[in-house]
Amino acid sequence: MSTFRRTFRIRRPWRLAAEATALLIAAAVAFPLYWMLLSALKPAGEVQSTSPRPWTLDPTLDSFRRVLTQQDFGRYFLNSLLVAGSVVLASALIAFLAATAVTRFRFRFRTTLLIMFLVAQMVPVEALTIPLFFLMRDLGQLNTLGALILPHLAFSLPFAIWMLRGFVKAVPEALEEAAYLDGASRSRFLWQILFPLVFPGLVATSVFSFISTWNDFLFAKSFIISDTSQSTLPMALLVFFKPDENDWGGIMAASTLMTVPVLVFFVLVQRRLVSGLGGAVKD
Amino acid sequence: MADRTHRPRPGRAGSRNGGWTPWLYLAPALAVLAALLVYPIYQLGLISFLEYTQEQVSGGKPTSFQGLGNYQALFADEQFRQVLLATVVFAAACVLATLAVGCALAVLLTRIRALPRLALMLAALGAWATPAVTGSTVWVFLFDPDHGPVNRLLGLGDFSWTYGRYSAFALVLLEVVWCSFPFVMVTVYAGIRAIPTEVLEAAALDGASQWRIWRSVTAPMLRPILLVVTIQSIIWDFKVFTQIYVMTGGGGIAGQNLVLNVYAYQKAFASSQYSLGSAIGVVMLLILLAVTLLYLRLLRRGADRDGRPGEAL
Repeated sequence: MSTFRRTFRIRRPWRLAAEATALLIAAAVAFPLYWMLLSALKPAGEVQSTSPRPWTLDPTLDSFRRVLTQQDFGRYFLNSLLVAGSVVLASALIAFLAATAVTRFRFRFRTTLLIMFLVAQMVPVEALTIPLFFLMRDLGQLNTLGALILPHLAFSLPFAIWMLRGFVKAVPEALEEAAYLDGASRSRFLWQILFPLVFPGLVATSVFSFISTWNDFLFAKSFIISDTSQSTLPMALLVFFKPDENDWGGIMAASTLMTVPVLVFFVLVQRRLVSGLGGAVKD
Repeated sequence: MADRTHRPRPGRAGSRNGGWTPWLYLAPALAVLAALLVYPIYQLGLISFLEYTQEQVSGGKPTSFQGLGNYQALFADEQFRQVLLATVVFAAACVLATLAVGCALAVLLTRIRALPRLALMLAALGAWATPAVTGSTVWVFLFDPDHGPVNRLLGLGDFSWTYGRYSAFALVLLEVVWCSFPFVMVTVYAGIRAIPTEVLEAAALDGASQWRIWRSVTAPMLRPILLVVTIQSIIWDFKVFTQIYVMTGGGGIAGQNLVLNVYAYQKAFASSQYSLGSAIGVVMLLILLAVTLLYLRLLRRGADRDGRPGEAL
């Protein structure tokens, strides 16, 4: 009893110190994002000032306006959205089918396939830029959005399959047997029963394919070389990013525009993300 | 592990052995992976054995087989050896820093009440969600010698972080840790929460210190999760490209901040030495493959020790 009391009493000031530390760290971690938004809203004179202040008294949308009108930013934004959207949809469907195959069936080479999916996740995407460049050239996809969609589809699949396994496994087998007893066909079970049940898992999985595609910089830089109308956001951002005379207001406004969609997506799915990661890690 | 039995198990309906059905479901995934992952890997290996420069790509000059010539040239190259060393040291530093920060904060999260926990979680999710390109531009701006707040705050005057080799690497390291510790923190935190509280309380009642509890109780129980986050971090940090490229302007002054990925890119696309770039890619692939195999071994050993052979798959 006395030991219990003592540990409890010692804990309290410790906990307050821990909470203060946590809040300080949270502020420090959030600071870069705060500074990005702040600088995007500051008038040009304040951004270029040599004594920056952590607030602004007259926020303006000038930097956003400049970014959206000067460069073809809206178009790049749309391209990025199109590429990421296609990859998310296609990889979710393909991964759902594959995950169903490896969890609901027993067949030859099943374990081999699973190990291959695991190993495929480790392949450094960047190392394949050179052969993919020639492959896209041969397919006539250079300078088109297809050159970005196809490789990202391939690279997001292994992880998506691996992560979806847990969600498909969680659907009880009794449900499947009951469906067949009721006379449901295999495809009816797949699309009308299994798919809706696994859907939350699909959403969590798609965050990863969305982010890796949305953030892609290397492929956009290497495969879209002469037709800037097919460029995506990271390249547009680098148009503003000049080593000498930086338009920091513009860069920060463009960065904000590029970060917001991912943030929104993240906040929407964060609960499922954590449980999904737990599932993917656990088995 | 052995799934080669074709006999239906008693009590399990025929749905388990669907004949061709599983292969039908797998067909789209396998087709995509074969065309866009396996074939490019084969091509990468092939190009690394050929002489492949601008002349072969556009001039129609026939390619010639070089054997291991490209690899010999690569390992004779002083700069390549330096870049290889820099990549390994930089990745190791990033992994250690990310794991230390992520694990420390995960433990911190378990000690505090809901509100500060939410604040830290949200901040971390924000950092996690930030695209590498925008993270890089923002951090360069924060540390800008003229207009950035950090130099003002630390009283560093117009000290340029990207000028020196080590300060530039340090700046990139900070950004990498900032955007990759949240994954470690969230995953490890979820793992700690899954440990029954009675175990931790019993240890505390027996008079174990916090550090002792972490080392002797929490860490061993978290072993599988720590393994996953460590391997993921190694893989991510080893192939950093965007941060180095954007923050140091393509590899720093005179290439002082090059890492393997950026070096391969510069060789291939800036100086059209596609075969050398491919050889670098193969070296990278082999290193990461070794890490992966090690991971699979550890995974299997862990499963064996827990008395569940093959459970991991």
